[in-house]
Amino acid sequence: MLDTISGFFAEYGQILGQGTVDTLIMTVVSTILAYVIGLPLGVLLVITQPHGIWPHKWLNRALGWIINVGRSLPFIILMLAIMDFTKLLVGTKVGIRGAVVPLVVSAAPFIARLVETSLSEVDAGVVEAAQSMGASTFQIVWKVYLPEARPSLTLGGSISIITILAYTAIAGCVGAGGLGDLAIRYGYQRKVPSMMLATVVLIVIFVQIIQSVFSWLSKAIDKRLK
Amino acid sequence: MAQPIIEIRHLTKTFGTGDTAVTALEDINLEVRAGEIFGIIGLSGAGKSTLVRCMNLLERPTSGSVVVDGQELTALTEAQLRKARRSITMIFQGFHLLMQRTVLHNVCFPMELSGVPKARQRQRALELLELVGLADKAEAYPAQLSGGQKQRVAIARALATDPKVLLCDEATSALDPNTTASILELLKDLNRKLGVTVVVITHQMSVIEEICSRVAILDGGVIAEQGEVEDIFSNPRTEIGRQLVYPSCVRIAQLPASRVIRLAFNGGSSYEPLIASLAIDCGVKVNILGADTRNMDGRAFGTMLLGLPQDPGEAAKALEYIRCQPNITVEEVEHHA
Ligand SMILES: Nc1ncnc2c1ncn2[C@@H]1O[C@H](COP(=O)(O)OP(=O)(O)O)[C@@H](O)[C@H]1O
Ligand SMILES: [Mg+2]
Repeated sequence: MLDTISGFFAEYGQILGQGTVDTLIMTVVSTILAYVIGLPLGVLLVITQPHGIWPHKWLNRALGWIINVGRSLPFIILMLAIMDFTKLLVGTKVGIRGAVVPLVVSAAPFIARLVETSLSEVDAGVVEAAQSMGASTFQIVWKVYLPEARPSLTLGGSISIITILAYTAIAGCVGAGGLGDLAIRYGYQRKVPSMMLATVVLIVIFVQIIQSVFSWLSKAIDKRLK
Repeated sequence: MAQPIIEIRHLTKTFGTGDTAVTALEDINLEVRAGEIFGIIGLSGAGKSTLVRCMNLLERPTSGSVVVDGQELTALTEAQLRKARRSITMIFQGFHLLMQRTVLHNVCFPMELSGVPKARQRQRALELLELVGLADKAEAYPAQLSGGQKQRVAIARALATDPKVLLCDEATSALDPNTTASILELLKDLNRKLGVTVVVITHQMSVIEEICSRVAILDGGVIAEQGEVEDIFSNPRTEIGRQLVYPSCVRIAQLPASRVIRLAFNGGSSYEPLIASLAIDCGVKVNILGADTRNMDGRAFGTMLLGLPQDPGEAAKALEYIRCQPNITVEEVEHHA
């Protein structure tokens, strides 16, 4: 038993380590970039509503429509569909760089909806109080919406990261590298069951860790629970 | 007479358009004098919140003018309005504190918005917390406070920009009677110490009675009556006024007597001696159909419904006798042939 395990690591430890690192890089980089786009979109969705602090009927509708389109495309299809765009943007369709583009394009609308939900939970009365004190639209977003929604945004963060982690595995099937790539090439095509098992175990562990850490963090920073 | 600090002229507010339009306020005219505590009372849905929100333009009137501290608010640009709002602040029934900030930082919040330097913010916030009696809670979070304490924080926050007017929309409606009394006491105190004009919105006459000098009664989007609290209390002229002032005295329609008069006691004697002397001096017996009196500043105020005797002569005699009493006004409310 121990022999098989050490034998497995002797043979595949190197590529498993590389795969893990690739997956983590893709996940973290994509999550950050997807938030750079998704967070402002989510904020816009909330404030441009008819009773929002910056009502803009058409902007709101247009955003909603674009986000719905982005959300309705399955990741694998979106990835293939925008490959030329990906190449144009980062110069390659494969590898980590090639995967980050579709990951971001796919996750940003998803994140925008998560952010929208979190911000909608902020008490409208508090927003109104800020308006009554002469807060500008930007100040309300920056000093009321985002800080008051922080615990909920944090929970949303775990959902985003886990979703993107799952997408990286799919991206792996189409040449992105990472654990998904190993599962396909070794686990599936070369019939190495231990490799399949190792990738599954690693991904499960990552998901558990991410979820626990973010759940704990969300509670720890929520001053309503003090 | 003190200058009006708030002057509302022909204000109308309609929500929605076409068939679904709701006129929440219609041709409202009122003046709030600098330094007074002005009350606006009405039943739920009367338009009180809409009216008070027109005073800082959280709600933009459909027509009419709102002048606060000499500025026509409806004519201001967004930026000017934001600036003006620093001197017309507001507290709410639900407190509306920032739950993720400490008490101290909640009070700093309006100063942050207007760019007051950090050190000055902190110093001023601590002074204000001292003023509302919460200096020891500076580092607490709102979730750790009672309702009354939260409202004190909200008051401190509302005072942070040295406002001229403090608008209170049902500020005590979520609080128990003791806490309500202490918050009203605080508002009275701040009004006296800082000279801030206070506008109090409520559905409870007891709140008006406690702290207001003048009051407007709002009913179905129009002002039914307004004036000195003393006058309105002693002699409400409208049905809604009577309903609010003397909730136990509203069953006029069901009364059996043929002629019903309403007496208003304006701070003189209480009513028992009058009924007794009516019987003794004129030999006329009257029915007391309803009464509600209260004490204000040590004087009796109240209203009473009397059913006059069937005999027209006796009725006239009684009426004449009562009319001659000082501090009592009489009004005939019903006359069946
Ligand atoms: N934003 C709004 N849209 C439509 N109708 C409203 C709105 N705000 C208030 N109203 C209506 O205006 C009337 C007065 O409401 P409000 O000022 O809240 O009364 P109050 O504070 O006296 O209870 C009510 O009939 C209410 O339904
Ligand atoms: Mg109201």
